[in-house]
Amino acid sequence: MTAEIQPESNGMEKIGVYVCHCGSNIAGTVDVADVAKWAGKKLKGRGVVIARDYKFMCSSLGQELIEKDIKELGLTRVVVAACSPHLHEKTFRTASERAGLNPYLCELVSIREQVSWVHTDKVAATAKSKAVISGGVERVIHHEPLEPLHVPIHPATLVVGGGIAGIQSALELADAGYQVYLVEREPSIGGHMAQFDKTFPTLDCSACILTPKMVSVGMHPNIKLLSWSEVTKVDGYVGNFTVTIRKKARYVNEELCTGCAICQEKCPKKVIDTVFEAGLGYRKAVYTPFPQAVPKFPVVDRPNCTYFQKGTCKACEKFCPTGAIDFTQEDQYITVPVGNIILATGYDLFDARRISRYGYGRLANVFTSLEFERLSNAAGPTNGNIVLRDGVTVPKSVGIVHCVGSRDRNFNNYCSVICCMQGLKFAHLVRERTGATVYNFYIDMRTAFKGYDEFYQRFLEEGTLFVRGKVAEITDAARLPGEEGKLIVQVEDTLAGKQRRIPLDMVILSAGLEPRFDSKEVAKLFGISCSADGWFIEKHPKLDPVATMTEGVFIAGCVQGPKDIPASVAQGAAASARVLGRIQQGEIALEPVRASVDETKCSGCRICNNLCPFNAIIFHEDRMVTEINPALCQGCGTCVAACPAGAISGTGFSNEQILSQIEGLLLLNLEMEPVPA
Amino acid sequence: MTKYLFYPGCSMDASARAYNDSLMAIRDPLGLELEEIQDWNCCGATEYLGISVTPAYALISRNLALASKQANGSHTVVASCSACYLNLTKADHHMAKQPDMGERVNQALSAGGLHYTPGSLQIRHLLDVIVNDVGLDHVKSKVVKPLQGLRVAPYLGCMIPRPDYSGRLSDHEYPNELDRLLRALGAEVIDFPLKTACCGGHIPQISPATAFDLLRRLISAAAQYNADMMVTVCPMCQLNLDAYQGEMNRFFNTKYHMPVVFFTQLVGLAFGFDAAKLGFGKELVNPRPALEKIGVEVPQPEETKARQKKVKKTGLPMPVMPGDEEVSE
Amino acid sequence: MTTASLETQTQGLENPHLSFLEEVSEATAGESRLDMCIQCGTCGGSCPSGADMDHTPRQLFAMIRAGMREEVLRSNTPWMCVSCYYCTVRCPQEIQITDVMYTLKNMAIQSKLFKEATAPDFSQTFIGMVENFGRSFELGLASVHYLKHFPLRLPGMMPMIVGLLSRKRIVLAPHRIEGMDQLKTILARAKELEGQS
Repeated sequence: MTAEIQPESNGMEKIGVYVCHCGSNIAGTVDVADVAKWAGKKLKGRGVVIARDYKFMCSSLGQELIEKDIKELGLTRVVVAACSPHLHEKTFRTASERAGLNPYLCELVSIREQVSWVHTDKVAATAKSKAVISGGVERVIHHEPLEPLHVPIHPATLVVGGGIAGIQSALELADAGYQVYLVEREPSIGGHMAQFDKTFPTLDCSACILTPKMVSVGMHPNIKLLSWSEVTKVDGYVGNFTVTIRKKARYVNEELCTGCAICQEKCPKKVIDTVFEAGLGYRKAVYTPFPQAVPKFPVVDRPNCTYFQKGTCKACEKFCPTGAIDFTQEDQYITVPVGNIILATGYDLFDARRISRYGYGRLANVFTSLEFERLSNAAGPTNGNIVLRDGVTVPKSVGIVHCVGSRDRNFNNYCSVICCMQGLKFAHLVRERTGATVYNFYIDMRTAFKGYDEFYQRFLEEGTLFVRGKVAEITDAARLPGEEGKLIVQVEDTLAGKQRRIPLDMVILSAGLEPRFDSKEVAKLFGISCSADGWFIEKHPKLDPVATMTEGVFIAGCVQGPKDIPASVAQGAAASARVLGRIQQGEIALEPVRASVDETKCSGCRICNNLCPFNAIIFHEDRMVTEINPALCQGCGTCVAACPAGAISGTGFSNEQILSQIEGLLLLNLEMEPVPA
Repeated sequence: MTKYLFYPGCSMDASARAYNDSLMAIRDPLGLELEEIQDWNCCGATEYLGISVTPAYALISRNLALASKQANGSHTVVASCSACYLNLTKADHHMAKQPDMGERVNQALSAGGLHYTPGSLQIRHLLDVIVNDVGLDHVKSKVVKPLQGLRVAPYLGCMIPRPDYSGRLSDHEYPNELDRLLRALGAEVIDFPLKTACCGGHIPQISPATAFDLLRRLISAAAQYNADMMVTVCPMCQLNLDAYQGEMNRFFNTKYHMPVVFFTQLVGLAFGFDAAKLGFGKELVNPRPALEKIGVEVPQPEETKARQKKVKKTGLPMPVMPGDEEVSE
Repeated sequence: MTTASLETQTQGLENPHLSFLEEVSEATAGESRLDMCIQCGTCGGSCPSGADMDHTPRQLFAMIRAGMREEVLRSNTPWMCVSCYYCTVRCPQEIQITDVMYTLKNMAIQSKLFKEATAPDFSQTFIGMVENFGRSFELGLASVHYLKHFPLRLPGMMPMIVGLLSRKRIVLAPHRIEGMDQLKTILARAKELEGQS
């Protein structure tokens, strides 16, 4: 821990340089002691009054070194040469602040990610570290004390998506006493969970555990439920979003409707319900998706409504006892202010028609998982009777195929997490309801969480036949006796080591989970990132799964990636906890690194106006100058670079600072005159 | 007339005589100018690749090199045999993807004064060219004797839909190209589940028992669906299913009588050509009983329905498949 | 692995440290992705001739990874492959299975370990015809092959043979291409280059 103490310097900044060993991460490649010594000696003329090296600068002792020097030596600038600013910039800035120095006068330069971790030549690495520090020193001379921008946090929250994750989120926030706007694109909340029959591993009836929560949402004084609605525009920034929501016309007057459902009874137009009934059942052109829908108000499906398409009928209007049907209704646009947004828009099921060798769509008795949930559900199209596509015959043998459209580079590379448990659940339900022989065809049995492996054991005991093999094809072309009139699953039983043809009455495909079809557009709308697959990207996959890189926007549930109900609920609650924390604080400090326009230099050319990705630029017509809204500006630097007059400067990344840093990197500063403070 | 460089393959003169005759008859009405590649050689079928790689690809690419030289203004090579088609595309594809192998092949070719630049020719199967280049509207316009009442099982075999490096067919396992063509001719096309299952290739020469089983699967499935005949696009498939059907019947003690014809023969019939000119009569399994069904003049048919769902109206609805919206092509 | 089999493995190889899996991967045109196999069994389930193979394709790959060189090259699996490409288009890991089968055929012939004689023999006879005439000659091929391997089938095949002959679907004399010398030169050079690769 060498130190070089200099006599009082005249009229210059007093800079402290701290070089971290980071154990052997830096010290193993860079001669840190030499670097510190060099800085103290060679950069003395630039204002460095002290230069130290230490094993772990980020430790309490390391930070105390800095704090002590600031207080005792009256340092006016600090340069720490250590890891990437992503990790510890905040640590050292906070330490500086504790010692009474404005945190923005402390600069962290990376000699780990940018030097010791990418070079093996020790001599070159040491020399580069010196240059990097020299650059940091030159830059920090031009730093100015800055204050973070404090913006208030609006206490209302927008939750997008009324599935279990969204519902959980909304309830947590509302129960804490804050306003929530819950936007759902379908006529009712409930999401996919409302379609299921039973949930694993408890085999609870899905609707029975979901509907109480749905009812709470519907009745909660703090939740404004906007169903049959979509968000169309999001303006603003964390704490201060302005969201425009399109309330699609229901053609039903919610003030008058009692939810009696006579309109649905009388409507003559039957339509295949491809959403809630997964294409297996029917609904009318005016409908509520299911009896326990929240809200209870039906919706008129305009493309299928006889009145809208042909001008006749109007049976619903005629029979409605309260006159609630209103064909003149129009879409309404409302704008609401919110402080934070939680996205919980869920998943779409993989389209099994894409796998032609499984025969879904060609072979009548091949069903998808959602279709089976509807079959099995007592409120479904067959009243809970598990039957074949003819609606009548009870199957005597059923096969359940795992990994359909998942773990397959031809479709989706990832594992959909829930299909193994779902496949086991189906095995049990089939057995219980029909007594049929059940086969499960799997590659691996993924039963990782609490009670999950026990669930698997239970069905081994129950007599389910497990075949380890990814199903090669499902066909109706009989080859051997006993196969006529059946569906044949052809698979290699890898454990027995031979190809098998198993004749079955019914096959259920445990199809994978995919991002919503419009997830990329939705991500763009809210200003967050989305992976190539379409799942929304979390801030950190391990340590921060519900936040995003965009301040104020959170994600919860399957929108972040396939997961089961407990995990969705946990994420919904976690996102709400984060938001509640913000609301409690009442305000949030925004980084003061942003651009500003020197009006004396602005010629009003407006080149910068259309470049801002955050819509932070305002043009004043009267004065013909541009102004930047400091709250919206994220400091990306695009306008700074574009301005032909050089009228825009970035605090924290001014031209002066950057050019000085370059000179420092090139060691040109060693020849220069000292810079007065 | 669109010009193509034509690679007939060894079977066209011999076992697939009927394919050749019918193709020559229909090419004019279809507007196809097929210029044979001069002095082409055998593509090696599935035999050479199993022995050694460079000579195998050199054998195949001599044809591609000759085609490039011929330069009749066309850059498309059309093959009528699926194995030849696969070999030609494979050579082109692998020479491009594995440059060092491509180099070796060109070195071998240069010993004979030839060269082939991978990617410089487009290689297509005859079916693909008729359906996608000529177009089904044109085909329909030339139909004078629609094949109404004839139930056909479209059988493409395995090498035209797989591996399909250039993605020319609609699906690897259930492509609809042949179905649509046959429907355009007015035939009733069954939803044949084994339309791309393998006929066995050269397996009859290696393991007869395996071979006969493969053939039986195909023929029994076609019979299960009450097809009058199977329609193929590949000489090997036709030979196996047709010539070995008798032996297969004896092996299993079955009595199948499933005629197997080439799709070009049916196109020719629909275009009004005489059956004898189209190579009918060259089959070992006689197609005449089936053809008698449609020998009579028929009035203008109504639109043929798309693939029928086997579900009664009282049952649960089936998902809508992408092709179902097309009623007839 | 005994010392003896280790010796067999290292004989004739440039780099004696190449494991069998790598050897097979390297020898396959393009990227085989053989090391990506998760043993799901799609290939074995799809194979039309799978029931008649000693080992399913999946088993064979497990054996390759276990370094069981001799058992793999003696297996009849690659010879029973009909090249239908079902396995290749269905494999969830995009392994070029059919191409690997061709490689195994090459390696079995080179190492002379194959026990299935009919298939390689048939290929050799076919190639013999092509190398002499530039075209395949079915009558020649069939006569040589059946007389050698399935003489007892010939009587049962007579109806078929007569049928094909009378319909002129078998030509009686081979067709020779004009550029036969050119082809021979090309193939000779190709064989030289193959030996060097």
